[in-house]
Amino acid sequence: MDLTLKVWRQENAKAKGKFEKYQIKNISPDSSFLEMIDALNEQLIQDDKDPVAKEPVAFDHDCREGICGMCSLYINGRAHGPDEEITTCQLHMRKFKDGDTIVIEPWRANGFPVIKDLMVDRQAFDKILQSGGFISANTGNAPDANAIPIGKDKAEEAMDAASCIGCGACVATCKNSSAMLFVASKVSQLALLPQGKHESVKRAHAMIAKMDELGFGHCTNTGACEVECPKGISLDHIARLNREFLAANLMP
Amino acid sequence: MLKFLNSSIGKKFLMSLSGLFLLTFLLVHLILNSFILFDSSGALFNQAAHFMATNPIIKVVEPVLAIGFILHIFYAIILTLHNLTTRPVGYDKQKLGHSSSWSSRNMFILGLVVLTFLVIHVANFFWKIKFTGDELLEHGVVDGVENAYLLVTTFFIDWWWIVITYVIGSIALGLHLFHSVWSAFQTLGFSNQLWRRRLTLIALVVSIVIAGGFALIPLWVKISSML
Ligand code: SF4
Ligand code: FES
Repeated sequence: MDLTLKVWRQENAKAKGKFEKYQIKNISPDSSFLEMIDALNEQLIQDDKDPVAKEPVAFDHDCREGICGMCSLYINGRAHGPDEEITTCQLHMRKFKDGDTIVIEPWRANGFPVIKDLMVDRQAFDKILQSGGFISANTGNAPDANAIPIGKDKAEEAMDAASCIGCGACVATCKNSSAMLFVASKVSQLALLPQGKHESVKRAHAMIAKMDELGFGHCTNTGACEVECPKGISLDHIARLNREFLAANLMP
Repeated sequence: MLKFLNSSIGKKFLMSLSGLFLLTFLLVHLILNSFILFDSSGALFNQAAHFMATNPIIKVVEPVLAIGFILHIFYAIILTLHNLTTRPVGYDKQKLGHSSSWSSRNMFILGLVVLTFLVIHVANFFWKIKFTGDELLEHGVVDGVENAYLLVTTFFIDWWWIVITYVIGSIALGLHLFHSVWSAFQTLGFSNQLWRRRLTLIALVVSIVIAGGFALIPLWVKISSML
């Protein structure tokens, strides 16, 4: 496949970025999107005609198997590109056509400043987690696995919430840059289980306060996050978070 | 409490409550208006309008309604202004149509259209009935019941653009409501897989009934006058 890439280039957080166009040839339709960018970078570094190596495009990635949440990229107007419930590392070039122009942008949100090119700083998510996304437990031996019985449906729902990989696609795709889906999944995964129930009021308070403080937008329930989330985290978790928060505030 | 009202969810909480309250008002309003369709002598509608204008309970509800509107508009502005700041550098290419409905992304604009319509509407009827009066209202007064029917129908019959304005206002309202019903309950925490489906269906019915109903009345009055 021969493609034209329109890639966002930005020197550092303070620099003003701009789009750069690149032509790339002979990409296998079976290669992943990130492999295609690897090929682009190779081309930039080893340009036969130009003896001076060009700066490769910086982008986030780690596991490349859809579990770590590191890869990002807003591709042709959609978070993680044109496929359902996948991360960018799981996106394949067969989703594009020969001769296509592909626009590649970083996540754009107040809470996610660009570090360089396509890399963004997602520490805001860590800060939200640090503010309450945990349970306080005594140290010592791990308790017996079946000491606390948990209903199958509850366990399933908590596991669904826990499948959030913190990628930030929800924020990136939201017209308000709201982090509600992420926060909701992190609140739900604990609030649904007996271990997390005790601190759920405190947790909802702290995490919402942090989320507001870090400059994320207000959720208007457009539902775009749920569609673009690679893990299919449900909006139900946002309803639960709202419930937790309202209960925490209105029922002292 | 203050901290709660300053939080994102707190503001949205007031947004949904005031919105749901305004929705109940719309339903009552539509039922009363529909009397125009059922009785072309206007007596039924005039009775209803008279009842609404004089009933003490309505007198109490009126300021509450005004507060509902003010809260809803105030928080809409606050929330929208903040949301305008959350993406300083925009995307070059964005395909949101794939993941969310047009209504849900344009609630503020739809709200503005509805508000503009509301101002016109209040100036047309409510203001005259309540404060300034109008000679049409005095026509054939029976037992102190003003002829609101004549005022309303004359307006629609005389001016096409008023009818068109009302139809546009109704459509904008319908689109606004289409997103709002489930969204309000979601914000209140009242939603899950099952209820989301139910509430979106209810939203569809409510928006069609309300938009269709409010649009039908001026059209009906105008068209039946031409027959
Ligand atoms: S909720 Fe989904 S989109 Fe948001 S951070 Fe988690 S996995 Fe990514
Ligand atoms: S690189 Fe780990 S999820 Fe894509």
